[in-house]
Parts: sequence; C-alpha cells; structure tokens
Amino acid sequence: MSEDIERFREEVRAFIREALPDDLREKVRREHAGLTPADTSRWMRILHGRGWSCPSWPVEHGGPGWSFEQQYVFERELALNDAPPVSVFSAGMVGPALIEFGTHEQKERFLPGLANGNIILCQGYSEPEAGSDLASLKCRADRDGDDYVINGSKIWTSDASWANWMFGLFRTDSSGRKQHGITLLLVDMATPGLSVRPILTFEGGSELNQVFFENVRVPAANRLGPEHEGWSIGKYILGLERIGSAEVSRTTAMLGRLKEIAAQEPLRDGYLIDDADFSRKLVRAEIALRQVELTERRFLFGQDDAGAEASLLKIKGTEVQQQVISLMVEALGPYGQLDPDDMSARDNAPLPDAAHHVAKTCFNLRKSTIWGGSSEVLKNIIARSVLDLRS
Amino acid sequence: MTGGLTDDQKTFADSLDRLLTDALPFTRRQAAVATRVGFDDDVWQQLADLGCMAAAFPEEHGGLGGGPEDLMVIGEKFGRHLVTGPFLGSVVLGGHAVLFSSSDAWKADVLPGVAGGTTKLALAWTERQARHDLHDVATSVRQVNGGWVLSGRKDVVPGGAQADVIVVSARVSGDRRDRDGIVLVAVPADAPGVVRLDGRAHDGNRVSTILLDGVEVDDTQFLTAPDQGLAVLERAVDHAIAFVCADAAGSMWQIFETTLEYLKTRRQFDRTLASFQALQHRMVDLYIDCELAWSMVLDATEALATPRRRHAVSSAKVAVGESARRVAEEGVQLHGGIGMTMDVPVGHHLKRAVVMNASFGDADHHLDLLATSPVTRESSHV
Repeated sequence: MSEDIERFREEVRAFIREALPDDLREKVRREHAGLTPADTSRWMRILHGRGWSCPSWPVEHGGPGWSFEQQYVFERELALNDAPPVSVFSAGMVGPALIEFGTHEQKERFLPGLANGNIILCQGYSEPEAGSDLASLKCRADRDGDDYVINGSKIWTSDASWANWMFGLFRTDSSGRKQHGITLLLVDMATPGLSVRPILTFEGGSELNQVFFENVRVPAANRLGPEHEGWSIGKYILGLERIGSAEVSRTTAMLGRLKEIAAQEPLRDGYLIDDADFSRKLVRAEIALRQVELTERRFLFGQDDAGAEASLLKIKGTEVQQQVISLMVEALGPYGQLDPDDMSARDNAPLPDAAHHVAKTCFNLRKSTIWGGSSEVLKNIIARSVLDLRS
Repeated sequence: MTGGLTDDQKTFADSLDRLLTDALPFTRRQAAVATRVGFDDDVWQQLADLGCMAAAFPEEHGGLGGGPEDLMVIGEKFGRHLVTGPFLGSVVLGGHAVLFSSSDAWKADVLPGVAGGTTKLALAWTERQARHDLHDVATSVRQVNGGWVLSGRKDVVPGGAQADVIVVSARVSGDRRDRDGIVLVAVPADAPGVVRLDGRAHDGNRVSTILLDGVEVDDTQFLTAPDQGLAVLERAVDHAIAFVCADAAGSMWQIFETTLEYLKTRRQFDRTLASFQALQHRMVDLYIDCELAWSMVLDATEALATPRRRHAVSSAKVAVGESARRVAEEGVQLHGGIGMTMDVPVGHHLKRAVVMNASFGDADHHLDLLATSPVTRESSHV
C-alpha cells in the first residue's frame, strides 16, 4: 500500500516538474506575491489535461477518484514543488457542494467549467454588517417569477474583480431566526446591476473587493439547495475550507525556502542558519508545524472523527504560517525593510529576486487568521461544540 | 480523547485506568508519596499483575511481546493518575538499556525479574558538568591488575533508591566529551564502593546520587562495547522521553478535563465561570494543546523503531514539555485559590510538568540537537 503511494508520489512529482510553467513557479517562490486567479485558472487547465484539477471529486463527476491519502500527497507535492494549489473555491468548495446538493442540470452546467479553470469563483459571504456574525447577513434576494432580484452589498470578497461567477449567501426571508431564510445562489458576475469596487489592502494588494447589487436578476435555476436553507450548505462549504486552510503543505514549502534564505544570509563569519538563536526559532516553527501536520493526518486518516475539532487546524495552521513568514522577513536582516513594490529599492538591494517579495506576503498573510472564520470565532465554535461551554 | 490506539490498547488502557482509579485515588497517592520510598508497594504489585512491567519486553525475556506503544498507554495513565515509583527507572530506562545491550547473559539474568516487577534496575548517566549531554562522561572505568575499577559520581538517578542493579555510563577511553569510548556497566547496588544518597523530586519520585568510589567490576558486567555505549544509552533515553511525553500528555488531558468540569460548576457573579468568553477561549487553548501534544506522542512512539527516532523524539520533547507546563500553569490559574492547595491535584500536575522539563534535556537542549541535525539542515523537502 505505502509502496503504491510512493509510486503515486513519483508520478505526481514528475508531472509537476514537467508541466509547471516557469513564471508560475517563480510567483509561488515569491511566496505567492503576484499570483492571480488567472494564474490559478491556467494551472487548473494544465492539471485538467491530466484529469487532476479536482483531487477530491469522484470519477463519475470528472475527478480522479483518489483516496484521502492520494489527495493529501497530491496537495503536498504541488506545494513542495513550487506549484500553485488548485483553486480552493472551485475544486475544494463549490464543486463538492454541487456534487452533494446540486441538481443534475447544475452539475452538467457548472462542473466542467470548475474543473477546467474556465469558471473563476468568488465567495459572497461577508457583508459590511455581517462579518464574524455571518448569519445576520442582509443582502436581499427577492423572488420575482423565475428569478431572484438581489439588492445590497457583499464585502471582503476575494478575487471578485477576476471572477466570472460568485457563490453567495442571500437573505430570502427575514421573519424567522437569522439562520433561516438564507439562500445560496450562483451569480454570473456579468449580470447587469452588479458592480465591483476593489479595496486596497495595507500591503498594497487589491484582491479584496466590495460587490454592489442593484436589482441584479438571478434565475432560480442558479439556486443551490432549497430556498431559505442556504445556511447549512454555506456551513458545509466553510467546513470543507477549514481543513485545507491549515495550509500545512504550503507552510512546509515556506519553511524550506526560509532555510534557503537563512543558509545564504551572511552573519559574522558564516551564515544565519548557523546562529544558535535563529536556528532555535526556526526549529520551533518546524515543530509547531509538525504538530499541526500530525494532527491533521490523525483527523483525516485516523479513527478520530473530527467535526468542530478540525477548527483547531485552521487556528494553529494559520498561526504557524504567520510565524514562518515573519521569520523570513527577519532572516533578511536590514533588507527586510524594503518595499518590493518600489523598483529602485528592489534593483539596488543585493538579494535574490524571490526574497524581495517576502515582506509583502508577510503583511498579506495577516488575513489568514481573520478570514474563513477568524481564530476567535473558531474558538467560540470549539468552546460550544467540543467543550460544551455555554454563555 | 486519546485517539490513535488499537482496540487491544484501548482495552488495556481501560483496565489500567480502572485499576488506578480504584487502587490509587488522590488521597492514597498523596499518602504513598509521603512514605519513605515514595510509592505504594501494593499498587506496584497490582500493576505487575496487570502486566505493566512485562508489556514492552519480548516473550523470550519474560515479557508480553509488546513494545513502545504499550509504554505509551501506560505513561498516559500514569500521568493522569500522578503515579509515582520506579517504573521509569527500572522498566523504561534500566530495562531497555539492558534490552538494547549486547549482553545476552544480563538479559537472561535480570529482564524476567524486571518484567515481573521483582527485580528493579536504574540507569545512571547525569553528571555535574554534563548538563543534558549524554556523551559528556567523566565517570571512568579503568583496567587495574587484570580487572576494572569504576569511579565517578552520578546525580538525579530515577529509581536509584529502589534499584537492585544500577546501569552506569562510564568512560573507558577518550576525552570527556568524546562520543566514542563510553560503555554501560551493570553494578549491583550493594557492591563495595557504591554509595547511594536518596532525594525527592517535585513530583514525589525518588532520585538518587550514586557515588562510585573505586568499585571493582569485571568483564561480564560490561553491557556494551566502547563504540556502542552511547548509542544504547541514547536509545534507552529516547524510549524514556517518549514515555514521559505520554505521561505528560495524560497529565494534560486530566488537567483539561478537571478544569473544564470545575469551570462548569463553579459560580461567581451569579453565573458559571464557564459562561465567560475569556475563560472559554483559554479552555480552548488548553484543549488544542492537548490534541497537538497527543499527536506528537503518537509520532514519537511510532518513530522509536525507525531512523526518524532522534528527530521525532526531540521534537516531541520540546512540544510536549512546553505545552505540559503551560497547561498545568493555566490549570492552576483557572482553578483560582483552590488550585494552590495541597489537597487538589492540579498543582501536583504542575510539579510533574516541571520535573518532566528538567529531565532528559530541556527545550533548548533538544532545539539545539534538532538545529544541528542533518535532517533539519537538508530542508523539508521530504
């Protein structure tokens, strides 16, 4: 069995090395700085050619039908060979939700585009007044014949300016408790009345957006699951996100690159990696990551059923990732202060190209403990669901 | 909450848990610690009857044919119930040093007794100048008139007070910090020239200083060749580290569960403490520490028989040691005043965590071992 897995690993590795375009590899080595949804879409198309773009999908829906172990190995090999991950929204969240809850027509219509990268998704969940308290969302979708008419706004919508489809939660009934009356709709981003305003984030990126809806008409055929029952599907999708969002594979690759940096940054008569204090910090990060990795494997493959427990993986995984990227900036010493968006700062500093972009990603990754359930909200969930603590 | 066990291990774990719940309630545990030897002989016998001492040894040496996984199960329960006694020194350290040695005569001679709980061993390696380094050995064994003479001093020897035979690391050649030239020598505790000074650790266990003043030994007492002593010592100590990590993890789960229960029942400001979000989040942090620590324990145990052993064991020691201490300190804090009292277990769990961290190399020691190991250097593309 484990021999089969090794052979599989070799096969995956060989394909990635062969098929991964150099510019994508370089962007990943820049800790994803400049990596766009269009890049991911391109990579999805390449993987799709091999039948590998949607690792968790069953064969009958165009997936490879891999075991958990194979999916795990595949994801790890992508990261360790400097390849972009597959689209989380397409392959990891909406695809599986469509397979689970979608109609036959919806599967026929959307799954091929999700698999081949033609559909680029954004997630319409948060609103200006509904962040951590997501169920209080107000963006309305009123039924009008065979359509829903959407009015309101979504915010913190990653990649909305690239996306051609949104999967969003909308208020279809506000008479009952707030979790009721939410409906999940797939919205064509080209629909009249829909507009996207980028939000500049402090590191200089613009992946976040606010999306405005003014009488945006969406056919009822684009509804995933029953009307008013979108909350449970939305939670199902978020649950899929929380396991992957520990990002163990990516952080493992980042640790490898941290070691590369530390091995070439001069210190006294040697290199930073020989410094006792720095190497202790590095090993600490490695141990912290190992804890998350082992626990993730235990939850995924072991007999330990993990429900809300899996939230701890996101809490700790994102923490370690932030720890590692901060160490990368620290490793650059005085050059860690340079803004990579400034060309002259970049050109003048004697650093490898990829190292320049680390600081930007360091700021960008502050997002990871906020989105997809902030660490504090996840602790609330564990407190309630695992420890049975009530307020 | 302690996943990753087989059904057989779960059955064994449950039996052991019942035994300790019945035979060693906290008050009786406290009474045992207060005795001269620091443990309850009756409980020791019951543990032997259940097969705890025999579990990890091969059948040919009077054992039950198990391995490190059984030690892990036992450690976890010992930590939960704050068990004291010479199990670590005799079964885990001394017994495994003999088991990994090249002396078939000593294996045949002492292991059946160790597995039965009747013979007790100890392993003595700590020296004043060595701090946590196993290879820093000043204790010498020198050839004199066709025989050998052993001289030196060993400190904080676990189970030394009860040992019938003490396995001692000693230098037969080379400089003090050479990795070569170290042997393990088996010395009867009552041999002329052996002086034992017993003391107590924070966790109630007895640890001894062993003075070796010209102790005469012969070839048959050498358990290893001079190029093998350190390897056997390291291997036995790594088994002990995995064991104390399991012990610490059990202790952590116990603290977590009792603290959680306490917060759910204790009322202040007309509500339970459990209803305060600040405390809920701290309980979640404890819970996460427990799960992560348990993963490291499983991994270290599994790695003992593989080339990953050193790396996995040092990683576990750092992670589990630090989280055990953190969880215990939080447990005391969340209990409030009652947590400071002698009659409540949580403070005793903290003492156990402190002993665990001081033993077998602290976090900095293991971080340095890891930082300089080739596994760490060659990056993580594995």
